[in-house]
Amino acid sequence: MKLITAIIRPERLPEVKAALFRAGVTGVTLTRVSGHGGEREIIQRYRADTFVLEFHEKIKVEMVCSEPFVEPTVQAILGAARTGDVGDGKIFIQPIETVVRIRTGERDNAALTPVNADEVQRHARQEATALAGGDA
Amino acid sequence: MTPAAVSAGDTAWLIVATALVMLMVPGLAFFYGGLVRGRAVLNTMMMSVAALGLVGVQWVLLGYSLSFGSSSPYLGDLGWAGFGGVGGAPNATYSAVVPHVLFAAFQGMFAAITVALISGAVVERMRFGAYLLFAVLWTTLVYDPLAHWVWAEGGWLRSLGALDFAGGTVVHISAGISALVAAIFLGKRRDVGRTAIVPHNVPFTLLGAGLLWFGWFGFNAGSALAADGLAAGALVSTHSAAAAAVTAWVLLDLLRTRRSTAVGAATGAVAGLVAITPAAGFVTPASALVIGAAGASLSYAAIQLRARTGVDDALDVFACHGVAGIAGALLTGVFASKAVNPLGNDGLLLGNPKLLGVQAIAVAATILFAGVLSLAILGGLRLVMPLRVPLSDEIAGIDVMEHGEEGYHGGDAGALASRPLSLGDSVLIPAGELTGMADGSYSNARERLAADR
Repeated sequence: MKLITAIIRPERLPEVKAALFRAGVTGVTLTRVSGHGGEREIIQRYRADTFVLEFHEKIKVEMVCSEPFVEPTVQAILGAARTGDVGDGKIFIQPIETVVRIRTGERDNAALTPVNADEVQRHARQEATALAGGDA
Repeated sequence: MTPAAVSAGDTAWLIVATALVMLMVPGLAFFYGGLVRGRAVLNTMMMSVAALGLVGVQWVLLGYSLSFGSSSPYLGDLGWAGFGGVGGAPNATYSAVVPHVLFAAFQGMFAAITVALISGAVVERMRFGAYLLFAVLWTTLVYDPLAHWVWAEGGWLRSLGALDFAGGTVVHISAGISALVAAIFLGKRRDVGRTAIVPHNVPFTLLGAGLLWFGWFGFNAGSALAADGLAAGALVSTHSAAAAAVTAWVLLDLLRTRRSTAVGAATGAVAGLVAITPAAGFVTPASALVIGAAGASLSYAAIQLRARTGVDDALDVFACHGVAGIAGALLTGVFASKAVNPLGNDGLLLGNPKLLGVQAIAVAATILFAGVLSLAILGGLRLVMPLRVPLSDEIAGIDVMEHGEEGYHGGDAGALASRPLSLGDSVLIPAGELTGMADGSYSNARERLAADR
């Protein structure tokens, strides 16, 4: 099991969410964060004062996945979050020792699969197909 | 059976103009409120709103009589205290065809906004109670005499021939100078130079500037005290000056930083309106374009200079009202024309340099009087009470500590800006204090990294 932490652009969040759902990853936690990476600082001016916005708004996406899902998750985020410009973010992967589902007391892989995962994935794929059909 | 006929048209216009000037006070509250931090928005706006109340009371009881009552060239008497004898009939001296009481009410709005203008210099740190006392004392001891000097029958500046159509000296220079004195006297806010202090709601500031511009038509065109060609000319001059000022400010912003800012456009409009105030009824629209652009440019320069000093005139009241007001008063002496207003005078450009001298005397007298008396009032108040909130209150936020309420629950505009609180003031860093990460050394590090590979 791995904890996958991705820092992404807020404006890419809808695409990243859709890609994760299509890949069958439905257990996701989001946090709004601000961070400093390699992006150019934003300059703001008010009358005679100039300020540098050193931190950019980002979304932190956290997921704990069983081993077979780790690479698909990374690929889904890579495909959906990348714009090619500096500031697209990072993905961090760490090992996880134990997972416990509070409702049932299930542990580890049994605790990781959301009960409605298949349904969410099916919906996400149907939506993607419908969108692709609409574009064509 | 009234002794003199009331003109329905003139009266209707002056009622509207009175309401327009009243609207400038909440306009000013929004203009100032947007420029401060979210935790001080209510205190800032209250300083304007409270002036509308307090000065409204003072004006009826005492202020109007001290300003326009007749006695010496320097101060009115108490003959019209409590608006006694000020009724629906016209007054031959001040309002020949509109009710005397309407003239008095119109003038009262000017008194209210003038002291409110000063509040922009002391935001985020002055005790509200001390401000209220200051507002009453300042209006009584500074505004009322000044209004008497310039506008009352027998006032010494009026007798001297100084031109001030709608209050360039009385309102704007006096407020600007007093603001500068108050900012220096109170000292700067703890956070100046320590953290970034950024306007919390620029749309508020634009809204306020819009309301001020709108209300200024009542301020200037209403000062004609009639619905006639003079009022129309004053309105057009007012708008022309404001338009030229916005244009000048936006261009100066573009030249200096390659960005034109919304705060700048709002500030420029106000500076232009200030500059045209003394001149509105004496100059042509073409002259008004020059006055507006000149006032805004000088105000722009003054803001840049102020930022390099330690003076925490937080919302640049002196740069906007003092500097643009002085420019407007002097330029009135340059551009005034009897062809525009036979009751006025010809200025420097029409071969009458004497008027410029008289205007300079009026400016100097106003600066001296307002500056010295403001210092005396603040000094006197400090003998009996602290003027500033405790440092702990300043840090916690003046709204919660002084008023027991917040503009936005959850701290500095957190909800309104719909941003996480971690994106508040703390991540904005004054450009002069860039850390190593953000200055050149960082890109050097990146280049080194690339070369190593």
